[in-house]
Formats: sequence, structure tokens, C-alpha cells
Amino acid sequence: MDNTLDLHFTVDGSDFTLAGETSSKVKKTLNQLGFNPAVVRRVAIAMYEGEINMVIHANGGTIDVQISPERIVAYLRDTGPGIPDVEKAMQEGYSTATNKVRELGFGAGMGLPNMKKYTDEMEIETTVGEGTTVKLVINVQQA
Amino acid sequence: MKLSEVRDILNAKVLTGEELLENEVNSACGCDLMSDVLAFVKDRALLLTGLMNPQVIRTAEMMDITAIVFVRGKVPEDSLVGMAKMKDMVLLSTEYPLYIACGKLYLDGLRGNQGGIVDG
Repeated sequence: MDNTLDLHFTVDGSDFTLAGETSSKVKKTLNQLGFNPAVVRRVAIAMYEGEINMVIHANGGTIDVQISPERIVAYLRDTGPGIPDVEKAMQEGYSTATNKVRELGFGAGMGLPNMKKYTDEMEIETTVGEGTTVKLVINVQQA
Repeated sequence: MKLSEVRDILNAKVLTGEELLENEVNSACGCDLMSDVLAFVKDRALLLTGLMNPQVIRTAEMMDITAIVFVRGKVPEDSLVGMAKMKDMVLLSTEYPLYIACGKLYLDGLRGNQGGIVDG
């Protein structure tokens, strides 16, 4: 029996004020499904950071979420500039965000480290000039 | 600490969530950097900030933060207040600057999350 719920979203990259809509929807859905609030919070934060990144750096993209009782997996895909040095991008404080983004309270170089912190698994596939896919896995049992 | 006490201590205006002022907060965070809020804040916290854009509300939502104090007399635009209302958040606005507002709440017993540092 297939117990997985698949959700698909398009993230609008043109308006920073809208960034986070998808994470908000997913959070609501997970709450409605009765997931542990601590799990929901981890998914929401990691996804939100990713969504912000997609809007800041890659002009939006798509998010696919697979929800099962055991784990929640999210794929954040964009066709943006890619990440030239993933290791560097994973360092706290390293950021290539613009001043405009910083004025809005982001771009402190905490996004990817935060996503790693709140997830059980994180994989980044990126090609410069082609785009980035980030896979986030949160195990339901652990929290 | 009850949010009604926060309102009184900071002589704050209630922008939305008047009916939720009996709710309690356990700690507080004074911060203009939403990235850090996302990194460090524990839940049931009060957020004090001088930043006013929809991402403040969104960040609070993700963190399960249910009350925000805008400092330095800032009042966000109606759309932002409406967004918070839909999410059952309390928004307050105080004339005090961030440092003073945090200090007043701390003095009256609302301690912050110390990030693992233990008072010696």
C-alpha cells in the first residue's frame, strides 16, 4: 500500500515578499495531518530557508514534497546560477546575497547551514549555469 | 510572562491579537536578522525587532513564534497586520528602542534563550 502524499509547488521568484508561501502551505498541511509539532517545525524552517534561497539566488523554481508516516522528503529545484563552491556555501557566515536582501533580514550566510541543522539528510546537486536541486529528508520518528 | 504584561511593561500598542493577550511567552529574542532567528530561537518565544516586512511574519510562523513586538515606534502596514491576524499572531508596537525594550522585559523576569551559556 502506498502511504505517500505527493505535493507539487511552483515558487515565484519575482517577488521576495511572497517567499515562504510554499513552506507556509506545507506547514499547514503537516499540522492538519497531525505530525508532531517538533517535526513540522524542522520541516518548515529547512524548507523556508531553501525557498528563500530559490527566490534570492535563482529566480524561483519548484518544490516537491513527499509525505509519509516515516519521513518527509522535499526536493527544491531551480534553474538558477548553481553553486560554484558548495563547501564554502555550507560555511556559516558565507554569503553572496545582495544588500537589498540583507536589508530584509536575510543573507547572513546561515541558510544552507540551517537547512543541514534541521534535517536528517541533505543532498545538494548543483551545476554552475544550470541550476541546483536540494534534497531534504526529515525522519518522523526521531523528533 | 503573559503578553498583557509585555504590553504594559513596554507601554505598547496592540496592533492585532487583543484576544490572545492572556497567552504566555517563555523567552524572548531581540533581533533584526531573520536568518539568526531561524537558527537560534526556541519556541514559545517573543520576537522583538525593528524590521518590518512580510518575512518577519513568515519567519515567526515557521518558528512557532506567536507574538512580535515592533520597536522604535514602528507600525507595519495594514497588509502585514492582516497577515499576522490570519495566523493568530499578536503584534505589538512600542516606542522604546530594541535594547531598552529587551532590558525592561528581562528586568521583569522574561529571560532569553542563552544559547547554551550558563550564568556563573
